[in-house]
Amino acid sequence: MAPVDAPWEEKMMTFLTRRTALLAAATCAATLGLTAIAEAQTSIKIGYAISRTGPNTGGAAVTTIPNYELWVKEVNAAGGIKLGDKRVPIEVVQYDDRSNAEEAVRALERLINQDKVDFILPPWGTGLNLAVGPTLNREGYPHLAATAVTDRAPELAKRWPNSFWLLGTSADAAKSLVELLNKLRDEKKIGDTVAMVSIADGFGIDLSSAARPALTNAKFKLAYDKSYPIGTQDLAPIVNEIKALNPDVFIAFSYPPDTLALTEQSRIAGLNPKVFYTGVGTAFPLYKQKFGKNTEGVMGIGGWSGDSPAIKDYLARHKAAANGAEPDRWASAVTYASLQMLQQAIERVGKIDRAAVIMDLQTGTFDTVIGKVKLENNMPTRYWWVGQWQDGEFYGIAPAKNEGARAAIVPKPAWVAP
Amino acid sequence: MTNAILTGLMLGGMYALIAMGLTLQYGVARIMNLSYGEFLIAAAFASHWLFTGWAISPFVGLALVVPLAFVLNFAIYKLLLTPLVRRAPNRDALEVDSILATFGLTFVIQGSMLALFGGAYYSYSFLAFPVQFLGETVAANRLAALGITILLGLALYAALTRTRAGTAVRAVAVDPFAAQLVAINVPQASALTFALGGALVAAAGVLVSTFLTFSASSGVVFTMKALIVVVMGGVGNMLGCLVAGLALGLSEALVASYVDPGLTLAVNFALFLAVLLVKPAGLLGRATR
Repeated sequence: MAPVDAPWEEKMMTFLTRRTALLAAATCAATLGLTAIAEAQTSIKIGYAISRTGPNTGGAAVTTIPNYELWVKEVNAAGGIKLGDKRVPIEVVQYDDRSNAEEAVRALERLINQDKVDFILPPWGTGLNLAVGPTLNREGYPHLAATAVTDRAPELAKRWPNSFWLLGTSADAAKSLVELLNKLRDEKKIGDTVAMVSIADGFGIDLSSAARPALTNAKFKLAYDKSYPIGTQDLAPIVNEIKALNPDVFIAFSYPPDTLALTEQSRIAGLNPKVFYTGVGTAFPLYKQKFGKNTEGVMGIGGWSGDSPAIKDYLARHKAAANGAEPDRWASAVTYASLQMLQQAIERVGKIDRAAVIMDLQTGTFDTVIGKVKLENNMPTRYWWVGQWQDGEFYGIAPAKNEGARAAIVPKPAWVAP
Repeated sequence: MTNAILTGLMLGGMYALIAMGLTLQYGVARIMNLSYGEFLIAAAFASHWLFTGWAISPFVGLALVVPLAFVLNFAIYKLLLTPLVRRAPNRDALEVDSILATFGLTFVIQGSMLALFGGAYYSYSFLAFPVQFLGETVAANRLAALGITILLGLALYAALTRTRAGTAVRAVAVDPFAAQLVAINVPQASALTFALGGALVAAAGVLVSTFLTFSASSGVVFTMKALIVVVMGGVGNMLGCLVAGLALGLSEALVASYVDPGLTLAVNFALFLAVLLVKPAGLLGRATR
């Protein structure tokens, strides 16, 4: 596209080429129109731009990419997506968004305008999903954000009716955690001192600013409440100070590297409160791999119904497809479920009609690995907010009303030597 | 207090370790190596692979990875960087050229690591148990890393000040043209120093991998940290590197313990700025131009 300040000749050229292209396209369409309809769809083009490089790679490589690949493989092995009475295979076009919002939007525009994909799968993470929201909305593509946690989700769902926010809001996450703590205190399993740390970045700021008032309103004593900058390489001072305060509850709204570092340091310093909760990364297979028996009783954000046959089956298929790599126990299953929803919506509509697919996603009921899903105001009605490692599996424990919720193991068992 | 100081020393030791190689590469060989952090991560991956795949302890891994890194870096200098050194009319031009060349190298190394290991986070447990040291509980792997850093630092310092080759290296650092006048083979000394820097960063990568979580794209963090330490300590100055690393680590640990962990970065950069305002050539650097 010619820049705004380009000389007029250049603009003219662009205009001419564009008009020529349009004319050519129109002629083609006119002459080939009939055959095109008769040939119909031979494949469904699905495009995505995902973080293959840059800081988001760690998350995308665990949660998003394996699920996209698993789903495409399974659908194509079954013959494809059912359009009317025949199955049509998926053709994938993918780019690297380099963990960069502008690059993600550019890649999406390329997918839409140049590759002319039928559907688009979203990028990984809250930031990038917010960044691509306007483009997907403008172009009328369904946007199934399965890895974004934001308090603006209800508002965004209203503003962009094509967008679906499947992972919920941070206020909800904090509320569920505090409800669980409240219940544990009522059962006299814990006292009321809480130590909270958070990373000074999107996730940590959102969660801690939602948890702070919720904890104070529930009359918990916040003995420690501090944040640390992203990329902090030694969290020992924080852990040591908290240990000296001897709290009943330790909450860390952390990112994967710090989640691992905080757990490691707590074990070394012997910080073993009755409730030990860490943030993103607790649900990662790497966490179990690194801490083994020491995961027992650790709580974290996320969780899934580990006892459900659908989840067990999903876990087995994921491992088989991804070279033995396990999914994470939070957004992975939701991501896979979002793909099942997309497929079911397309099949119910029976043709590539994005507006109808969006409508079906808004109103339909879907059968997925995380159970029956029916969206209300473009958001699910139930989420897993607190999970706990119990016997090598990260089970959802809160909200307690969720089907398959396990009882929390409190107090957390002591750390053992690795 | 002891605890905060100990933590600070361990963190500072790690910073110094990370930066030692860069100060050699930048200060002596005049190569501003932007792919420095990627080399560190590559060594971390090597150590992870040896440990999880072959049950080879990272300490033994050091003996394998470090010489390999030396040879690899020597080859890189000879094949990729020597042409740049030859055609550069002066130091500034070489700096610009080497920045561009090693920036490209960043993508090559990062891309290879992504292809081999994928983008996920990696971490393993080695010596991850508490030990009592000076009456405080610290992590054994961090303490071991500090010990090895001190050994490496002392050995390097002795080599640079007590041996003939070391003196030659220092002469090249001060003035590569004058060094030629006293029959020092400057290209050879530069190549060896660059390779030595590469060996040091590999050692840092192996040690850091025992206690930090890393992924194929986390190299840039280490390049930045190393650059700060090198510039703050005085480019090409080993002792300056150690002093600057420890100063950063101690300030970070003290601020995190007594003020607020949220201010560690601010204090780091404030210290960096203050040093540069008072001594633009770094703590122990000499103003040459």
